[in-house]
Amino acid sequence: MTVDISTRGNAAVAHLSGEVDLERSPGVRRALLDALGRRMPLVVDLSQVSYIDSSGIASLVEAYQTARKQSTPFILCAVSAAALRVMQLARLDKVFDIRPTLDDALAAV
Amino acid sequence: MMASVLPDPTLLAHLRVAATPASLRMIRRVVREAALLAGAPEPWADDLMLAVDEACQNVVRHAYAGQPGDLCITLSRTPDGDGVAVEILDFAPTVDPSQVRGRDLDDVRPGGLGVHLIEALCEEAGFAAAPEGAGNLFRMVKRFANAAPQR
Repeated sequence: MTVDISTRGNAAVAHLSGEVDLERSPGVRRALLDALGRRMPLVVDLSQVSYIDSSGIASLVEAYQTARKQSTPFILCAVSAAALRVMQLARLDKVFDIRPTLDDALAAV
Repeated sequence: MMASVLPDPTLLAHLRVAATPASLRMIRRVVREAALLAGAPEPWADDLMLAVDEACQNVVRHAYAGQPGDLCITLSRTPDGDGVAVEILDFAPTVDPSQVRGRDLDDVRPGGLGVHLIEALCEEAGFAAAPEGAGNLFRMVKRFANAAPQR
Protein backbone atom coordinates (compact mmCIF):
# COMPACT_ATOMS: atom_id res chain seq x y z
CA MET A 1 0.00 0.00 0.00
CA THR A 2 1.56 3.27 -1.11
CA VAL A 3 -0.96 5.63 0.48
CA ASP A 4 -2.89 5.21 3.70
CA ILE A 5 -5.39 8.01 4.39
CA SER A 6 -6.78 8.67 7.85
CA THR A 7 -8.61 11.54 9.54
CA ARG A 8 -7.13 13.54 12.39
CA GLY A 9 -9.49 16.20 13.75
CA ASN A 10 -10.58 18.36 10.81
CA ALA A 11 -7.73 17.22 8.57
CA ALA A 12 -7.09 14.25 6.32
CA VAL A 13 -3.64 12.72 6.70
CA ALA A 14 -2.05 10.80 3.82
CA HIS A 15 0.83 8.55 4.83
CA LEU A 16 3.03 7.78 1.83
CA SER A 17 5.49 4.92 2.11
CA GLY A 18 8.12 3.01 0.23
CA GLU A 19 9.16 3.82 -3.31
CA VAL A 20 6.94 6.40 -5.02
CA ASP A 21 7.96 5.80 -8.62
CA LEU A 22 6.37 5.75 -12.07
CA GLU A 23 4.60 2.50 -11.27
CA ARG A 24 3.08 3.72 -8.01
CA SER A 25 2.66 7.47 -8.46
CA PRO A 26 -0.64 7.20 -10.41
CA GLY A 27 -2.17 5.60 -7.30
CA VAL A 28 -0.69 8.33 -5.09
CA ARG A 29 -2.04 11.02 -7.41
CA ARG A 30 -5.56 9.54 -7.33
CA ALA A 31 -5.52 9.11 -3.55
CA LEU A 32 -4.38 12.69 -2.93
CA LEU A 33 -6.90 14.20 -5.37
CA ASP A 34 -9.69 12.03 -3.90
CA ALA A 35 -8.77 13.22 -0.41
CA LEU A 36 -8.82 16.85 -1.57
CA GLY A 37 -12.27 16.19 -3.04
CA ARG A 38 -13.51 15.99 0.56
CA ARG A 39 -12.50 19.67 0.94
CA MET A 40 -10.69 18.96 4.20
CA PRO A 41 -7.17 20.23 4.91
CA LEU A 42 -4.70 17.61 3.68
CA VAL A 43 -1.46 16.74 5.43
CA VAL A 44 0.94 14.42 3.60
CA ASP A 45 3.35 12.50 5.83
CA LEU A 46 6.50 11.65 3.84
CA SER A 47 8.50 10.13 6.70
CA GLN A 48 8.33 6.58 5.29
CA VAL A 49 9.17 7.48 1.69
CA SER A 50 12.42 5.70 0.83
CA TYR A 51 12.47 6.92 -2.77
CA ILE A 52 10.56 9.39 -4.90
CA ASP A 53 11.07 10.31 -8.55
CA SER A 54 9.78 13.14 -10.73
CA SER A 55 6.46 11.38 -11.28
CA GLY A 56 5.90 11.17 -7.53
CA ILE A 57 6.88 14.81 -7.12
CA ALA A 58 4.49 15.67 -9.97
CA SER A 59 1.65 14.03 -8.01
CA LEU A 60 2.45 16.26 -5.04
CA VAL A 61 2.62 19.35 -7.27
CA GLU A 62 -0.74 18.53 -8.82
CA ALA A 63 -2.30 18.06 -5.37
CA TYR A 64 -0.70 21.31 -4.20
CA GLN A 65 -2.19 23.20 -7.15
CA THR A 66 -5.62 21.60 -6.72
CA ALA A 67 -5.59 22.52 -3.03
CA ARG A 68 -4.67 26.11 -3.85
CA LYS A 69 -7.46 26.41 -6.40
CA GLN A 70 -10.03 25.33 -3.83
CA SER A 71 -8.33 27.16 -0.93
CA THR A 72 -7.75 23.95 1.04
CA PRO A 73 -4.63 23.82 3.25
CA PHE A 74 -2.05 21.36 1.86
CA ILE A 75 0.94 20.64 4.06
CA LEU A 76 3.84 18.18 3.75
CA CYS A 77 5.45 16.92 6.92
CA ALA A 78 8.31 14.79 8.23
CA VAL A 79 9.88 14.72 4.77
CA SER A 80 12.40 11.88 4.55
CA ALA A 81 15.98 12.69 3.49
CA ALA A 82 15.43 10.90 0.16
CA ALA A 83 12.31 12.93 -0.63
CA LEU A 84 13.83 16.21 0.54
CA ARG A 85 16.83 15.66 -1.75
CA VAL A 86 14.58 15.49 -4.82
CA MET A 87 12.46 18.46 -3.71
CA GLN A 88 15.62 20.53 -3.26
CA LEU A 89 16.90 19.55 -6.72
CA ALA A 90 13.52 20.58 -8.16
CA ARG A 91 13.56 23.73 -6.00
CA LEU A 92 10.16 22.79 -4.63
CA ASP A 93 11.28 22.80 -1.00
CA LYS A 94 10.52 26.54 -1.04
CA VAL A 95 7.18 26.10 -2.81
CA PHE A 96 5.51 23.50 -0.61
CA ASP A 97 4.46 24.24 2.96
CA ILE A 98 6.75 21.76 4.78
CA ARG A 99 6.57 21.14 8.56
CA PRO A 100 9.04 19.08 10.59
CA THR A 101 6.51 16.74 12.23
CA LEU A 102 2.93 15.52 11.78
CA ASP A 103 1.92 17.34 14.98
CA ASP A 104 3.40 20.59 13.66
CA ALA A 105 1.44 20.13 10.42
CA LEU A 106 -1.82 19.36 12.24
CA ALA A 107 -1.34 22.43 14.44
CA ALA A 108 -0.97 24.53 11.28
CA VAL A 109 -4.17 23.49 9.48
CA MET B 1 27.95 -1.03 -26.38
CA MET B 2 27.69 -4.03 -28.68
CA ALA B 3 28.19 -7.50 -27.30
CA SER B 4 31.73 -8.76 -27.70
CA VAL B 5 33.56 -11.94 -26.80
CA LEU B 6 36.44 -9.91 -25.34
CA PRO B 7 36.13 -8.99 -21.67
CA ASP B 8 35.49 -5.29 -21.04
CA PRO B 9 37.42 -4.30 -17.89
CA THR B 10 35.29 -1.16 -17.46
CA LEU B 11 31.95 -3.03 -17.51
CA LEU B 12 29.95 -2.91 -14.29
CA ALA B 13 26.60 -4.25 -15.49
CA HIS B 14 24.53 -4.78 -18.59
CA LEU B 15 20.80 -5.20 -18.32
CA ARG B 16 18.03 -5.71 -20.87
CA VAL B 17 14.47 -5.38 -19.62
CA ALA B 18 10.97 -4.63 -20.86
CA ALA B 19 10.44 -0.86 -21.04
CA THR B 20 7.63 -0.78 -18.48
CA PRO B 21 7.06 1.09 -15.19
CA ALA B 22 7.35 -2.24 -13.36
CA SER B 23 10.96 -2.67 -14.58
CA LEU B 24 12.16 0.57 -13.03
CA ARG B 25 12.49 -0.85 -9.53
CA MET B 26 14.84 -3.57 -10.76
CA ILE B 27 16.79 -1.04 -12.84
CA ARG B 28 17.26 1.14 -9.74
CA ARG B 29 18.56 -1.83 -7.73
CA VAL B 30 21.13 -2.71 -10.40
CA VAL B 31 22.27 0.89 -10.93
CA ARG B 32 22.74 1.47 -7.23
CA GLU B 33 24.70 -1.75 -6.75
CA ALA B 34 26.84 -1.04 -9.82
CA ALA B 35 27.71 2.42 -8.49
CA LEU B 36 28.69 0.96 -5.12
CA LEU B 37 30.76 -1.69 -6.90
CA ALA B 38 32.57 1.15 -8.70
CA GLY B 39 33.45 2.60 -5.31
CA ALA B 40 30.82 5.32 -5.06
CA PRO B 41 29.61 6.61 -1.69
CA GLU B 42 25.95 5.78 -0.97
CA PRO B 43 24.49 9.28 -1.57
CA TRP B 44 26.31 9.38 -4.91
CA ALA B 45 24.88 5.96 -5.80
CA ASP B 46 21.40 7.19 -4.82
CA ASP B 47 21.79 10.22 -7.09
CA LEU B 48 22.93 8.11 -10.05
CA MET B 49 20.01 5.75 -9.42
CA LEU B 50 17.56 8.67 -9.61
CA ALA B 51 19.15 10.08 -12.77
CA VAL B 52 19.04 6.72 -14.57
CA ASP B 53 15.48 6.08 -13.41
CA GLU B 54 14.43 9.44 -14.87
CA ALA B 55 16.17 8.71 -18.19
CA CYS B 56 14.55 5.25 -18.38
CA GLN B 57 11.15 6.78 -17.57
CA ASN B 58 11.57 9.07 -20.55
CA VAL B 59 12.06 6.00 -22.74
CA VAL B 60 8.99 4.27 -21.26
CA ARG B 61 6.73 7.33 -21.39
CA HIS B 62 7.88 9.22 -24.46
CA ALA B 63 10.02 7.06 -26.77
CA TYR B 64 7.82 3.95 -26.60
CA ALA B 65 4.73 5.94 -25.49
CA GLY B 66 2.96 2.86 -24.18
CA GLN B 67 4.08 0.52 -26.98
CA PRO B 68 5.94 -2.62 -25.92
CA GLY B 69 9.70 -2.67 -26.34
CA ASP B 70 13.00 -3.34 -24.66
CA LEU B 71 15.45 -1.15 -22.86
CA CYS B 72 19.19 -1.90 -22.59
CA ILE B 73 21.26 -0.31 -19.88
CA THR B 74 25.04 -0.55 -19.77
CA LEU B 75 26.92 0.74 -16.74
CA SER B 76 30.70 1.14 -16.98
CA ARG B 77 33.51 2.78 -15.16
CA THR B 78 34.71 5.84 -17.07
CA PRO B 79 38.07 5.21 -18.83
CA ASP B 80 39.81 7.44 -16.26
CA GLY B 81 38.08 5.63 -13.41
CA ASP B 82 36.68 8.93 -12.17
CA GLY B 83 33.01 8.07 -12.46
CA VAL B 84 30.33 5.92 -14.00
CA ALA B 85 29.07 6.09 -17.58
CA VAL B 86 25.56 4.90 -18.39
CA GLU B 87 24.19 4.09 -21.83
CA ILE B 88 20.46 3.63 -22.28
CA LEU B 89 19.49 2.13 -25.61
CA ASP B 90 15.97 1.64 -26.91
CA PHE B 91 14.43 0.37 -30.12
CA ALA B 92 11.66 2.95 -30.29
CA PRO B 93 11.09 5.52 -33.04
CA THR B 94 13.76 8.23 -33.02
CA VAL B 95 13.13 11.02 -30.53
CA ASP B 96 13.78 14.64 -31.51
CA PRO B 97 16.31 15.76 -28.85
CA SER B 98 15.00 19.35 -29.04
CA GLN B 99 11.69 18.06 -27.67
CA VAL B 100 13.42 16.66 -24.59
CA ARG B 101 14.15 19.52 -22.26
CA GLY B 102 13.45 20.51 -18.69
CA ARG B 103 10.99 23.17 -17.73
CA ASP B 104 11.73 26.48 -16.06
CA LEU B 105 11.70 25.63 -12.35
CA ASP B 106 9.97 28.91 -11.54
CA ASP B 107 7.01 27.66 -13.55
CA VAL B 108 5.54 25.33 -10.91
CA ARG B 109 3.60 22.58 -12.65
CA PRO B 110 3.49 18.80 -12.41
CA GLY B 111 5.59 17.76 -15.44
CA GLY B 112 9.00 18.40 -16.95
CA LEU B 113 11.15 17.71 -13.91
CA GLY B 114 12.87 14.56 -15.11
CA VAL B 115 15.26 16.20 -17.56
CA HIS B 116 16.12 18.86 -15.00
CA LEU B 117 16.99 16.17 -12.43
CA ILE B 118 19.20 14.31 -14.92
CA GLU B 119 21.09 17.49 -15.77
CA ALA B 120 21.45 18.46 -12.12
CA LEU B 121 22.78 15.02 -11.16
CA CYS B 122 25.14 14.20 -14.05
CA GLU B 123 28.09 16.05 -15.51
CA GLU B 124 27.23 14.83 -19.00
CA ALA B 125 23.87 13.79 -20.42
CA GLY B 126 22.59 13.70 -23.96
CA PHE B 127 21.70 11.69 -27.02
CA ALA B 128 24.43 9.96 -29.00
CA ALA B 129 24.28 8.18 -32.36
CA ALA B 130 22.43 4.90 -31.89
CA PRO B 131 23.75 1.72 -33.53
CA GLU B 132 22.02 0.70 -36.74
CA GLY B 133 18.73 -1.05 -36.05
CA ALA B 134 18.31 0.57 -32.63
CA GLY B 135 16.17 3.60 -31.76
CA ASN B 136 17.76 6.07 -29.38
CA LEU B 137 20.96 6.06 -27.36
CA PHE B 138 21.06 8.30 -24.30
CA ARG B 139 24.42 8.62 -22.60
CA MET B 140 25.13 9.94 -19.12
CA VAL B 141 28.35 10.37 -17.13
CA LYS B 142 28.48 11.08 -13.43
CA ARG B 143 31.88 11.79 -11.91
CA PHE B 144 33.08 11.13 -8.38
CA ALA B 145 34.73 14.56 -8.15
CA ASN B 146 31.33 16.01 -7.38
CA ALA B 147 30.42 13.34 -4.86
CA ALA B 148 28.12 14.78 -2.22
CA PRO B 149 29.30 14.43 1.37
CA GLN B 150 27.89 11.45 3.25
CA ARG B 151 24.47 12.22 4.68
